[in-house]
Amino acid sequence: MFRRRAQSDPGLPPVSIRFEGRTIAATGGETLAAALLAAGEEVFRASPVSGAPRGPFCLMGACFECLVEIDGMPGQQACMTIVRDGMDIRRDRIVEGEE
Amino acid sequence: MRTADVIVIGGGIHGCSTALECRRRGLSVILLEKDHVARHASGVNAGGVRRLNRHPDEIPLAMASAALWQSIKDLVGDNCGYRQTGQIRVAETEAGLEAIAARRALVEGLGYSHEQWIDRETLFGLVPAIARHCLGALYTADDGYADPSRTTRAFARRAAALGAEIISPCRAGIPVRTGDGWQVPTDRGPVSGAAVVNCAGAWGGAIAAGLGEPVPIEPVAPMMLVTARVPPFIAPVVASFDRMISFKQSPNGTVVIGGGWRGRAEPEANRALVEFGDLHRLIGNVLHLFPVMREARITRSWAGIEGMMPDGIPVISPSATAPGVVHAFGFSAHGFQLGPIGGRIVADLVETGKTALPIAPFSIERFQRASWREAS
Amino acid sequence: MTAGQDEPIFDLAIVGAGPAGMAAAALAGEIGLSTVVLDEQPSPGGQIYRNVEHAGGVPLPGASREKGAALAAAFRATALDYRPGTGVWHIETHPGEPCRLWLLRDARVGQVRARRVLLATGATERPVPVPGWTLPGVLTVGALQILLKSAGMVPAGPVVLVGNGPLLYLTAVQLAAADTRVAAVLETGAKADLRAALRHLPGFVASGTWRAGLALLREFRALGLPVVRDVSEVTIEGGDRASGVRYRTADGQSGTVPAEVVALHEGVIPASSLARAIGCDLVWDAGQATFRPEIDTWGQSSVAAVQIVGDSAGIAGAEAAPLAGRIAVLEAARAVGRLTEAERDRRAAPFGRALSSLLRGRPFIDRLYPPRLARSPLADPVVVCRCEEVTAGAVRAALASGASGPNQIKAFLRCGMGPCQGRFCAPTVTRLIAEARGVPEAEVGSFRLRPPVKPIPLAAFAAAMEEDAP
Repeated sequence: MFRRRAQSDPGLPPVSIRFEGRTIAATGGETLAAALLAAGEEVFRASPVSGAPRGPFCLMGACFECLVEIDGMPGQQACMTIVRDGMDIRRDRIVEGEE
Repeated sequence: MRTADVIVIGGGIHGCSTALECRRRGLSVILLEKDHVARHASGVNAGGVRRLNRHPDEIPLAMASAALWQSIKDLVGDNCGYRQTGQIRVAETEAGLEAIAARRALVEGLGYSHEQWIDRETLFGLVPAIARHCLGALYTADDGYADPSRTTRAFARRAAALGAEIISPCRAGIPVRTGDGWQVPTDRGPVSGAAVVNCAGAWGGAIAAGLGEPVPIEPVAPMMLVTARVPPFIAPVVASFDRMISFKQSPNGTVVIGGGWRGRAEPEANRALVEFGDLHRLIGNVLHLFPVMREARITRSWAGIEGMMPDGIPVISPSATAPGVVHAFGFSAHGFQLGPIGGRIVADLVETGKTALPIAPFSIERFQRASWREAS
Repeated sequence: MTAGQDEPIFDLAIVGAGPAGMAAAALAGEIGLSTVVLDEQPSPGGQIYRNVEHAGGVPLPGASREKGAALAAAFRATALDYRPGTGVWHIETHPGEPCRLWLLRDARVGQVRARRVLLATGATERPVPVPGWTLPGVLTVGALQILLKSAGMVPAGPVVLVGNGPLLYLTAVQLAAADTRVAAVLETGAKADLRAALRHLPGFVASGTWRAGLALLREFRALGLPVVRDVSEVTIEGGDRASGVRYRTADGQSGTVPAEVVALHEGVIPASSLARAIGCDLVWDAGQATFRPEIDTWGQSSVAAVQIVGDSAGIAGAEAAPLAGRIAVLEAARAVGRLTEAERDRRAAPFGRALSSLLRGRPFIDRLYPPRLARSPLADPVVVCRCEEVTAGAVRAALASGASGPNQIKAFLRCGMGPCQGRFCAPTVTRLIAEARGVPEAEVGSFRLRPPVKPIPLAAFAAAMEEDAP
């Protein structure tokens, strides 16, 4: 859905992250949201009420649509998180039960 | 001037329950609410439907109210989010165990059996996520919780459907005696009635004082936290004998945390402020009791204004100075469960001046007695 | 974290390091105020000048890049306690006491105290609720800007831009330059908007911003992109993700444009969450169709120790923000006894003149690019609150069953209670209430906001407490 316009800055270290078990190559210094979008991932979570697929919307920390689970901690904003080598990411999928 | 048999001041759960019960008995009702129904304590409390660990004087009322909660949907036309998930109060230390022992002796001595001792293994079975240092607990299996705002609104809606006139926003002043009845000045013109009910919560003290019977009520602002949704992991409501905490997971996955930590109450400004300096100690308590909560995220905090009495129990009482006036306020941050029975008691008092339930301990005159004055 | 008592009390805490915050901080340092700057981003610049120190591989047209870089350089050259990557999630303000700012940095809760607070929290996209706006593949134009500026990324497939305003045209130009296929620009501007704006043209011309604006518009038109004007209805189509946009114009033309990415933009509104949570009074700004904090010419809010500047006080743009920031700092310096009133006035005068000249240009822009989709009638099934998935129909039903204000809608429906704390539904809820009750939005008001303004992991408190333990 998104592509990188140019080769990334050679000064930035390549990092490797995992998303839902898949290994993704990313660039040090970029946000997790950017890294996932560049890797073709657009569904970051299931909405908590209906379970509908959701992805990044504002990318500036305001909308909370890009919430993911990072290394076991759910509810983290991918757009406000800088990638780190070895991050293990899963979709946030807390869907409420029937009342 | 608008006139009714009963003028109810306050649109919290006790005011709305009173309005409903009075209508069921055929009395005409005008309810005056200065903000909107369920704006303060009744809308923002933790929603505990709890008999566990109540003040002994309140137990008979709580038992009677619990029976009404069983058929809350028939009463108000909505199930109010009521769930009987159980309430648990754990002991974490030897001192906690001693408190449990004393509590059991007290409650059993009064002839009640709703509070059960459970050992560690039973506790861990009921609440797998609780920290393993817990030593045991008191448990009331058929206590639970409801949605406080929804419940209060359901009472108001049913009362209105039966013909109660709910006026909001409408701020009531001090009732004035006129002939056999009362006139209540408001910012939308006076209303009059044969009886006046003071269900004004933290603001109830001002009305009592205006009627010549001041009470030592203190407005307080218990603080609450709520988290983003987490996967379901706990059913009962949990409190502790050793630390200030109340803890429950809502059906939608959010976790609601309280326990009596107080923020800043500003009743004149009609607001209550949260102070995180103290709330972080509550968060420490949460993590101590539920290590799994490290992963949860706090999304909101709030504080609601409650009327706290020095002895921790409400005023439910005919006025000693103003004939035809009934007080029901100062529920001291645990009046929600008593809502259904509160309306019946007040309606009894309005109709006949007495009630079958033992309300002597809640008399407004208790603060005038010499013994009280000495004690305080 | 707990102690705080032996921590220094700063003269000034500045929240946000965009154009307003950077300029304010540089001047505060020059005057000698002890200043802490708290900013969520990893480097100074804010959203408009995001990554301006490195340019992110994508050159921005116009002079703004240079202005941003100059602001950042001056900011960096000033001796300050600058804390990037630091979110401020609550501020306690009690008369007569220093303000206490609660922070989140490196997954740890912390706090600082300051005598004065300057909020320079910028703007946020105006929510444009249309059918399908929650589908993956639908973003704000601001989000595309961020991907461009900080990651050098552009949509791989066809993109449709929906809305109006300079940022929409700038983005179209940038995407075209990056060989991205802009399948359509669906402009929501109406002819009447131009007529309404014309009466403010003299101010706009006098403000001097017209040159850059006109150049941008020319550049945009010269690209010959498929543009549909006067678009009055938009539906984003798709199952699990956006697949295209169906539109209708005011004169009845309609069509569908396939797209992989759909970007929405009808201007920005003040990012006022912190101001609201603190309890700053808001006013309805009819010209910009939004609530904004009520401030005086010094940026002073209704809360004694708190000033608000830049777009977070009302949208005025990246050129006005530094001026407002400097003016406010001069008043803060007076308030803490560092400047006399006369010195403050003397030093503020040139900034004030430049600012009022710029502000004279604003009504033209506001009238020329008013929100349209964001102010159009909403069908019942459209999602209003994205977090809790509350529809317009549900809000209307709650209103019909007795809810009367925004805070009751919250209590009835959980609308605005999700992690975004109402940032993306508050304007819509106010509008729906105003429509249902037949009263102006100013009278309806907006959500009360509850701290924290961003979700805080309990682990972040634990981390701070472990640190404190003896």
